Amino acid sequence: MKSILLGTAALAMTASMALAQDVVRMGTEGAYPPYNFINDKGEVDGFERELGDELCKRAEVTCEWVTNDWDSIIPNLVSGNYDTIMAGMSITPDREAVIGFTQNYTQPDPSAYLALAGNEDIDLSAAVIAAQTGTIQAAFVAEMGATLVEYATPDETVAAVRNGEADAVLADKSYLVPVADESDDVVLLDKDELIGGGVGMGLRQSDTELKEKFDAAIQSMKDDGSLNALLAKWEIGAAF
Amino acid sequence: MFSWCTDPNAIDGLAWLSCYLTTGKHLSIYVSVGTVLLLLAITAPVALAFGFGGAMAARSHFPPLSWLGKAYIAIVRGVPDIAFFLFFVIALDQFFEWMRHQVKCPDWDQPIRQGNDFVVCPEAKLPLSTAAQWVHETYGFSLAVLTFSIVFGAFAANVLFGAMRAVPHAQLETAEAYGMTRRQTFWRILVPQMWVYALPGLSNLWMVLIKATPLLFLLGVEDIVYWARELGGSKTAKFTDYPHPDWRVWYFLALLVFYLAFTRVSEIVLDRIMRRLTHGQATMGGEAQRKAS
Repeated sequence: MKSILLGTAALAMTASMALAQDVVRMGTEGAYPPYNFINDKGEVDGFERELGDELCKRAEVTCEWVTNDWDSIIPNLVSGNYDTIMAGMSITPDREAVIGFTQNYTQPDPSAYLALAGNEDIDLSAAVIAAQTGTIQAAFVAEMGATLVEYATPDETVAAVRNGEADAVLADKSYLVPVADESDDVVLLDKDELIGGGVGMGLRQSDTELKEKFDAAIQSMKDDGSLNALLAKWEIGAAF
Repeated sequence: MFSWCTDPNAIDGLAWLSCYLTTGKHLSIYVSVGTVLLLLAITAPVALAFGFGGAMAARSHFPPLSWLGKAYIAIVRGVPDIAFFLFFVIALDQFFEWMRHQVKCPDWDQPIRQGNDFVVCPEAKLPLSTAAQWVHETYGFSLAVLTFSIVFGAFAANVLFGAMRAVPHAQLETAEAYGMTRRQTFWRILVPQMWVYALPGLSNLWMVLIKATPLLFLLGVEDIVYWARELGGSKTAKFTDYPHPDWRVWYFLALLVFYLAFTRVSEIVLDRIMRRLTHGQATMGGEAQRKAS
């Protein structure tokens, strides 16, 4: 009995100590290298993991990473299951109507097309183009009049090109470049699309305090060049 | 994991495979098999309890209770699973937090609904944002169990409701003639006899439940289908020590074997239970057993 009491006392103490320091839960998808992916150890890794950890250090908060399906990533943020989204999410007016964003931590990354080798001269406006559901690329394809096929994960969009379901895939260039580099069967088309306003960290609109903290942290990383170093390391878009 | 795994590029064949299959990421899929089995083990009895409660309420002689039972069955059965899982769980979570908010933070002056956001005081969060990751995971898992139980409970309620009516009425009249009260008739005559009518329907539900577990990922619980998709997707050498092309077909093949084996075992067990329940019943199966012995 005594040990139980002691145990609860110790638990209560650690709990109150933990309360002193804020824990921010960071939501990500974990399926979009180099932005975020699950590494061989089964942990979240990638540009946003490294950036997020540094931002948390600068903002003096403790961070915990959680993965969530892309489809329900915004509803779960709004409902408070985690506090931020760092999932390669571009800042768009449509999303800003629902959630808040910090300033962008990547330049607007050009989107590129990936198609089967030998199929480079397809007519894009009449082609079948794959994109991940709910992305800026999907909205772009729908608007340009080509036939859009949507997939739940980025990986499936590339698979769709390989097995002939789609003629090309439109996605962030930094995601497609490693794919094209390492396989001979697919190539990048030399046509880029500039869409979106750069990637930012998504937060609840009511969370103004946290947004200020992270905005300041991102600004300090932009100022001292450490953000550029990270962007170069993970080969994401242009520097600031 | 193994001593020879330090440089995966230098090895091949079985040694490579043994390293590949024991990466931390692969351990996660093995754990998720356990998660799925645990979910089934908890959900099945809880859903049966929900179903039993629902069926009892639906055939109650007290009208409001009967309406409640029938409404539960009709509404939950009518809403598509995926909509239910996306909407209901978030609503349920918010409901719990709202209740805690009312109790723990009576002095809170800000609105809970701020535009799109749902904001309760930090003390009312479930679980607390300071809680360890495993607490969050357990909470998510419990929500999943509860949601699965409510959904499958409604179907089970309908099955049990039908089974209760399938018990020959003469049995109940006889019980009454012997002077049993309504309660006694229900527990001693009706319930023991209804299972044999309920089991075919319930076994269907069990099979559907086994296959519905991938819905778990909608609730943020990482299940085997999520990991199969994640692990099987093509990997470039830049981001992993074990690059490979699209191997999803192999992972899904493994899943196929898992599910088929699991449903086969279930069938065998359910057949046994059916034989047990048929024993001594006034049904065709029961009669056949009596003649054979």
